[in-house]
Amino acid sequence: MLEIKNLHAELEEEGKKILKGVNLKVGAGEVHAIMGPNGSGKSTTSYVLSGRDGYEVTEGEALLEGENILDMEPEERAAAGVFLAFQYPVEIPGVGNMTFLRTAVNAQRKARGEDELSAGDFLKEVRAKAKSLQIDADMLKRPVNVGFSGGEKKRNEILQMAMLEPKLCILDETDSGLDVDAMKLVSEGVNALRDENRSFVVITHYQRLLDHIKPDFVHIMYNGQIVKSGGPELALEVENNGYSDLIAEVEAG
Amino acid sequence: MSRAVLKQRKLEATSERLAGNDIPKGAAWANDIRQDALQRLLSMGLPQGRDEYWRWTSPSDLTAAQPKSCEPFVDDEEAVFASIDAINITFVDGVFDQAQSDDRGATGLEIGRLQDALSADIHWVKENFSVLEKRAQDAVERPLGVYNTAFATDGLVIKVVDKVEKPVNITYIHNDATSDVVLRHIIKIEEGASFTLLETGASGARSNLAIEVDIAEGAAFNHIRTQGRDHERTALSHIFASIAKESTFKSFTLTANGQLTRNESFLDVNGDDAVAHIAGACLGDGDFHHDDTVFITHDAVNCESRQVYKKVLRNGAKGIFQGKILVKDGAQKTDGYQISQGLLLDDDSQFLAKPELEIYADDVACSHGSTVGAIDEQALFYLRSRGVSKEDATDLLTLSFLAEAIEEIEDEQISNCILERLEMWLSKRKGA
Ligand SMILES: Nc1ncnc2c1ncn2[C@@H]1O[C@H](COP(=O)(O)OP(=O)(O)OP(=O)(O)O)[C@@H](O)[C@H]1O
Ligand SMILES: [Mg+2]
Repeated sequence: MLEIKNLHAELEEEGKKILKGVNLKVGAGEVHAIMGPNGSGKSTTSYVLSGRDGYEVTEGEALLEGENILDMEPEERAAAGVFLAFQYPVEIPGVGNMTFLRTAVNAQRKARGEDELSAGDFLKEVRAKAKSLQIDADMLKRPVNVGFSGGEKKRNEILQMAMLEPKLCILDETDSGLDVDAMKLVSEGVNALRDENRSFVVITHYQRLLDHIKPDFVHIMYNGQIVKSGGPELALEVENNGYSDLIAEVEAG
Repeated sequence: MSRAVLKQRKLEATSERLAGNDIPKGAAWANDIRQDALQRLLSMGLPQGRDEYWRWTSPSDLTAAQPKSCEPFVDDEEAVFASIDAINITFVDGVFDQAQSDDRGATGLEIGRLQDALSADIHWVKENFSVLEKRAQDAVERPLGVYNTAFATDGLVIKVVDKVEKPVNITYIHNDATSDVVLRHIIKIEEGASFTLLETGASGARSNLAIEVDIAEGAAFNHIRTQGRDHERTALSHIFASIAKESTFKSFTLTANGQLTRNESFLDVNGDDAVAHIAGACLGDGDFHHDDTVFITHDAVNCESRQVYKKVLRNGAKGIFQGKILVKDGAQKTDGYQISQGLLLDDDSQFLAKPELEIYADDVACSHGSTVGAIDEQALFYLRSRGVSKEDATDLLTLSFLAEAIEEIEDEQISNCILERLEMWLSKRKGA
């Protein structure tokens, strides 16, 4: 599904190097967790994959089903199947959540040469999916993320993901700011989308999310690289011992 | 050159410019009012670019002897307020058009034509004509408002005596490449009555439109207008309002296109517990100059005023805002709010704002803010990451930016008319 090869990226303006050779292979249907200390480059990886301005890729590539996505516009990547659930979802006053969702769904359908969803079908689908995430009608009507609580914003991200049915879902700290019940709800939302043709990259600091969304692989990112990969047990190790041993191991070479 | 000399030159230019212009004929009292206006204008002088109030908008196209020629405008869109059940009235190049207008009768409402009113020996308009225009001169000189009093040839006189549900919907059609339109509407809303006025169009190659609206105790005036796609025209408008005790004034203007538009308003809040809200949203592209100049006077206790102006500008378009809140001595508990914002879609466009507060009462809450900025990159990326194209995302953020102004429209049906029109204009733009 996704193959990141030797990805180097720096900040366009300052020239500061952030990603220093990321390698990652995510097979179809797999769930990969990325952990790592603050500032190690996890969010940057997700931004570079989804096409945010401000980063310059100096080396390497990222292939989605064999196609390099790094030259595409963000909307083209979205249409190709990339979805990023933001660490900090953006508020957009004056644009109804529903309008936004419909615009996004139809834009992607159009880009893929499919017919737009009729207003009725769209409504039915949104309502059903919103309900399972306990997003009420009022939240659908309100402007995108405006006045939403932290947890509501995260649920709203998952609703968008459910509506857009991407191939590659990147979740950046979707668990932060969620209470125990919301964490369950969001995880169920994610698990409901698990499919042999859909892959997940879950960025998190905590094992507890991985209790709900069971990863096939766990990677540790440090200083712009993936320095260690393993199975779910790696996350438990981090949970128990933190990163210091791992980092010491890496620094020792 | 000294001030006196400049003023002298200005007055000479004005009298030269007006030399051939005769005031329209009417009843003796109307002639007196018009003659008085002409004299006031001659001693005030027509505005010039060096006048402080016209610093950012050159008045020369508005004051020139002839309007800039401007091809008739063929509007291929359905009328903005077509879906609203209203009393429809049409003016073509500034002349009332009976054939395209509904029967003017309605309960609670008396509608007549300006020239009929000004020709009658006895008419209620006698007590109103020019009163509010003159009051506005005390704050800042508005010679083109005086010009309107002297030379307006047509318009409506409307007396509202009850709560009237059906709006009056005026459509201005521009058919003649050289039409120079001077229109005046005089509206009197009596105690406890309420009235909605809708306006669409730009009325002529050049237009000078003034509305005097006198809102009595406990009465309400709602005003929503669109200044449409007729790009070449030059348009000037004045709203002169008197807002009495416990009454409400609400006005919203949507402008898209227009080489030159200046909308002035003078809102005199003079009775306790009154409310005055005025808002504008504009979309400018290219050779576009749009000026909102607002003056609100608070002269009573516990009143509220709001000004919400938003301008989206691209390809060198220019947006101007001059807004002043004057709180007179004794106007305690005044709540005055003013926001003006420009969204520049490129580096060529310009938004200039002059917010002013002048306060002589000690127990008031007034705030004003003015910002100018580009599109929010974070929001743009967020939308694009969901598959929305850059263009569509920009449009959504444009609507998002304008939303605060559009939300000032209370009536949902009318506000939907405005939103639909905006969305249509944005999507048409993409087709082009
Ligand atoms: N726009 C930017 N300007 C300046 N520094 C940046 C910018 N974007 C990222 N960085 C820096 O790049 C490094 C990696 O940041 P990134 O957000 O990818 O870390 P992270 O692994 O997601 O951390 P966290 O766990 O705290 O979310 C940090 O040192 C950060 O300060
Ligand atoms: Mg991060």
